[in-house]
Amino acid sequence: MNGKVVNKRKRTFLCITIPVVILFFMFNTYPLIRGFIYSFTNFRGYGSYDWVGLRNYADLFTDSRVGGSYWFTVKYAFVCTILTNVISLILALGLNSKIKAKGALRGIYFIPNVLGSLVVAYIFSFLFTYIIPAVGKSLGIGFLSSSILASTKTAWLGIVVVGAWQSIAQNTIIYISGLQTVPEEVYEAGSIDGATGWKSFRNLTFPLIIPFVTTNTVLCMKNFLMVFDQIMALTKGGPSQSTESISFLIYNNGMGGGQFGFQSANAFVFFVVIVAFSVAQMKFMNSKEEQL
Amino acid sequence: MKEKVSERVNWPVTILLILGCVTIFFPLYMAVIIAFKQPSEMTNDVAGALAFPSHWSLSNFAQAMEVTDFWHSLGNSLLITVITVVLALLIHGIAGYAIGRSMGESKGYKLVYYYIVSGMFVPFAILMMPLVKQTAQMGIANRVGVVILYLVFYMPINLLLYTGYLKNIPMALEEAANVDGATTWYMYWQIIFPMMKPMHATVAVLTALAVWNDVMTPLVIMGGTEMNTLPLAQLNFQTQFGTNYNLAFASYLLALLPILIFYLICQKQIIGGVASGAVK
Repeated sequence: MNGKVVNKRKRTFLCITIPVVILFFMFNTYPLIRGFIYSFTNFRGYGSYDWVGLRNYADLFTDSRVGGSYWFTVKYAFVCTILTNVISLILALGLNSKIKAKGALRGIYFIPNVLGSLVVAYIFSFLFTYIIPAVGKSLGIGFLSSSILASTKTAWLGIVVVGAWQSIAQNTIIYISGLQTVPEEVYEAGSIDGATGWKSFRNLTFPLIIPFVTTNTVLCMKNFLMVFDQIMALTKGGPSQSTESISFLIYNNGMGGGQFGFQSANAFVFFVVIVAFSVAQMKFMNSKEEQL
Repeated sequence: MKEKVSERVNWPVTILLILGCVTIFFPLYMAVIIAFKQPSEMTNDVAGALAFPSHWSLSNFAQAMEVTDFWHSLGNSLLITVITVVLALLIHGIAGYAIGRSMGESKGYKLVYYYIVSGMFVPFAILMMPLVKQTAQMGIANRVGVVILYLVFYMPINLLLYTGYLKNIPMALEEAANVDGATTWYMYWQIIFPMMKPMHATVAVLTALAVWNDVMTPLVIMGGTEMNTLPLAQLNFQTQFGTNYNLAFASYLLALLPILIFYLICQKQIIGGVASGAVK
């Protein structure tokens, strides 16, 4: 390309990029900065406010409700990520093997992914509140005979079930595309060396799909840490705040509870936590990949 | 001989997988059954909830449509989703082109790329409160504001997808077109945009699913404006359903139906889109 054309091309690119960057700045970076500034104030969401320096951040560490929401969210995200990935991987292995009606089965197992999580959680709420206790009673199983959502000890498990039920669909599809990247020859060579079944999976398949394990766990962790819809539909943070996720607490107390400033500080710490989790996971998984 | 072995159907796994479908269908079956029943048929045992209704009637659905203002919510959801997807293809596509083609030579564009893509890690919870203020001040605490926010929220992932795909489209085409005197703008819409069709499908599927099912953005931006999307209507009318679960489930099913129909029609594209979107 000659110089004149190149210059015109560059100008066109600039004319496209500048408005896009401005748009992104206005609705992503600017509110981020504003939230950061509010986090140093005692703003209630309306009226006047004062600067309070780092007090909001200091208070975060002593606020038992914030502490409780972190404990619940991290516990939930960990358990849900592990549960989802183990089941997805097993399902993917099954759906990728030589089975009948492969297309239909894959289609069915993917259904939960397209359904709205709020409505799904409402449906499960009925299941937990009425169906399972009724079954539990008739079978005489003690801990199932009342709603698991009503107890502070078990309510979070209900949210785990709903979260996993939906996420398994997407993770399975990603694992299937991972399994398809493993060439058939690897198994053939392996079976000559006597690697079959679990051994073949452990030593041949799993190492080759580690990049997909990374993608799935990082995506899962990030999504589960931001859990909101399920909480809204299943428990509204209860019973006695035992299932308050960080997002839910920020929404609830920041928007309606007059804690705009304080919850802004909470949101900022939450942001750092999400970035830290994602980076740490990718580092950990990358080091695993290198070992192989 | 060897080929026959590898083609043998694994029946135990097939049967296990078919049995496993119960976990998918049971909650949906329950929803359908309850939605067709009358409150008087709901006895306090399992059979009361799970047995077939004495007669199949659509009255719950008619009532649910009225209570939740179904057609308005559906219209809002459709409008927001379609406009967001169309604008995402147009804006994110060309942004991906401009940034993707420039970042090889220019540090500035590389910076812009990382700046936008790193936005993926910013949780909505942190933007939520300032955005409520901001959209109200700008007078866009409505459907327009929600669409703009979606365009910003999904820009990082879509930019990543488009620039990634563009790496596979050789520059030679553009160089040849440039020699013929075509402007970059014209060339993009005539040559590159049609060539990115597979990526448009992925972007459209991912964006549409995310927007259609999203609750939080319309909840905080349009909350209290009488404007509902389909999921938001379920949340807002929850109190009106009261203990009439039959009415509630009819409403839930109505909310799920459009996306299920869409899935039945475009199953291949949706599964393909989600798979390729996440892997890249």
